[in-house]
Amino acid sequence: MSNQQKHWEKTRGLLFITLAIWFVFSIGIFLFGAEMNEVTGPFGYPWTYWFTCQGSLGAFVILIFWFANRQEKIDEEFGFSEREDE
Amino acid sequence: MKGNFIDNLPKVYGIYTGGFIGFIIIMAIAEQMGMTAKAIGIAFVAFTVFIYALIGWLSRTAQADAYYVAGRQVPTVFNGMATAADWMSGASFVAMAGGIYFKGYGYMALLVGWTGGYVLVASLLAPYLRKFGCYTVPDFIGTRYGGNLARFSAVVVLTVASFTYVTAQINATGTIASVALDIPFQYAVYVGLISILLCSMLGGMRGVTWTQVAQYIVLIIAYLLPVFWISNKMGAGFFPHFMLADEVARIGELEQQFGFVKNAAADLKSVPKGLAGITKAHSAVNATPWAFISLALAMMMGTASLPHVMMRYFTTPSVKAARKSVGWSLFFIFLLYSSAPMLATLSKLSLIDPNLPTGIIGKTFAEVEAIDWYQNWNQANLMFISDFNGNGTLELNEFFMGGKAVVLATPEIAGLPYVISGLVAAGGMAAAMSTADGLILAIANAISHDVYYKIIDPKAETAKRLLVARVLLVVIGFAGATIAAMEIQGILGSVIWAFDFAMSGLFFPLVLGVWWKRANRQGAIAGMLGGLAAGAWYLIWVRTGGSGFLGITQLTFGIFGSAVSLVLMVVVSLMTAEPDKATQKMVDDVRVPSGKSILGRSH
Repeated sequence: MSNQQKHWEKTRGLLFITLAIWFVFSIGIFLFGAEMNEVTGPFGYPWTYWFTCQGSLGAFVILIFWFANRQEKIDEEFGFSEREDE
Repeated sequence: MKGNFIDNLPKVYGIYTGGFIGFIIIMAIAEQMGMTAKAIGIAFVAFTVFIYALIGWLSRTAQADAYYVAGRQVPTVFNGMATAADWMSGASFVAMAGGIYFKGYGYMALLVGWTGGYVLVASLLAPYLRKFGCYTVPDFIGTRYGGNLARFSAVVVLTVASFTYVTAQINATGTIASVALDIPFQYAVYVGLISILLCSMLGGMRGVTWTQVAQYIVLIIAYLLPVFWISNKMGAGFFPHFMLADEVARIGELEQQFGFVKNAAADLKSVPKGLAGITKAHSAVNATPWAFISLALAMMMGTASLPHVMMRYFTTPSVKAARKSVGWSLFFIFLLYSSAPMLATLSKLSLIDPNLPTGIIGKTFAEVEAIDWYQNWNQANLMFISDFNGNGTLELNEFFMGGKAVVLATPEIAGLPYVISGLVAAGGMAAAMSTADGLILAIANAISHDVYYKIIDPKAETAKRLLVARVLLVVIGFAGATIAAMEIQGILGSVIWAFDFAMSGLFFPLVLGVWWKRANRQGAIAGMLGGLAAGAWYLIWVRTGGSGFLGITQLTFGIFGSAVSLVLMVVVSLMTAEPDKATQKMVDDVRVPSGKSILGRSH
């Protein structure tokens, strides 16, 4: 397998992990919205309500920065990161 | 000088922010000295619009790459701010808190959808399209799939989606300008339009970028300051986001106590159009999982397909910066979106809690009608009470309000000085203007670059191309304003449709263009046109009394459109020849950040 294929393999792996986490916070938890809302969550808000106000939104912010850092590492590992003069 | 400007950005915008806060303080002092509310409103809107126009003029350019992609030198964090302003429309600013106030959980799917979509933008598209080096979204489609028909199809989808969206934004600028400047809506729409064009005409993307950063600063101050102030004034907590659990619980208690009494249809007829009562629980789960998830999903995929957002990431200096910039965009959006539910909570509690001095439920009609703010907002057609059961006291089901009132009226109800209301008007104006600018530019750029330059006259000189781009900007702006002046759809309805149109036609052709090498021209064209047609058909069918299927409504018709688009694209691609070697090599090159971009710096 060429260097580029390996790079793409890893990139795709990262994509799947990212989308899996995305799925949990955007879709997964809302499958159980009614049940989860019975339980008191962070700062005393009901869990589902808190996720729609802050939880999921914040998780997405963190997820994107985490993804960007991981992808940068993958690019560096295979020597595909950009040079400053490009 | 140019490099200098980029290096000095934090200083420039730091001074700007300080200046704006200084202006707010001067207005507050002027109010104490007897300046009228109307004069304060005019001062806020006029002053901020003047600053944007000044930035637009300073950013004027005669170069193609500055006009189309701001010279690709916008730093990560600033591009994040510009995208946030580009993204958060008049609807986000004025209508979102109201939507949460009235519809609760079911509506909050939009919050999740409008933020979660950025994960798709960051992981599936933005870095790759940045590497491609395109000027517009159809530029990517046209080069990746090849051929004028593919390019043109993308322009069609882009125009349908963005135009649906832009009329709503011009409508919002008109509404705010008409209230703040006290002129009829039909004229206010054109005042709004001229303000919008002042930002974008001379500088194109460069002008829009630097005005959007300025607009973000105004809109976020205008949204957060009242939320924190009201929360403190009500004694609800100095940091509302972490401290409103008791208030949310209290609303639940009051809802139990009052009960949601259903009004008779005959009674509801007397309520002015556009006003609604509180009929849904504030924090309870009031939608089925599929209703919530389908709406969130449609908004997420729509986010990743809307060209005015995607083109913001063409302006970063590198692929790496494009990725990070998506994170910053969402962070700046998060600041406002996470505050909207807090504002809705504060607003609702302050109105319905009999223990609070501002609470009106349980008071007599004579008492409520004597309140100053009630009279003002009743006159503005945003509040209404009616004694349906004839007992003389106001019940929960006898109080009606317009969605905009949550943002516009709550500061006044909480007893904040008028300077805050002026600030909120300036914030709403900034939000609507910045989004309208991004959208008009997206449409005009696609038509000038992809249709005029790439298809009609490939030999046109830069000066002529930019002239065409500017003429189109004005034409599209006026077309949008003319339709906005007719007031066909409410602000939010048409915004959501834009997402559905965009995802129907563009989501899979864009994503598969990067992630599936086998995708070819025929498949992409079938996907774009077929998806758009299927989505539009579903919308018309449901609007004309069709029953729909799978619980897909007129707000989520993009789910059907994009499914058709995916199937068509895969089937047609597999039935026709695979893309040639050069195209496959192109896809390989797009997938790594290093190396030259596919399209030249100036093309």
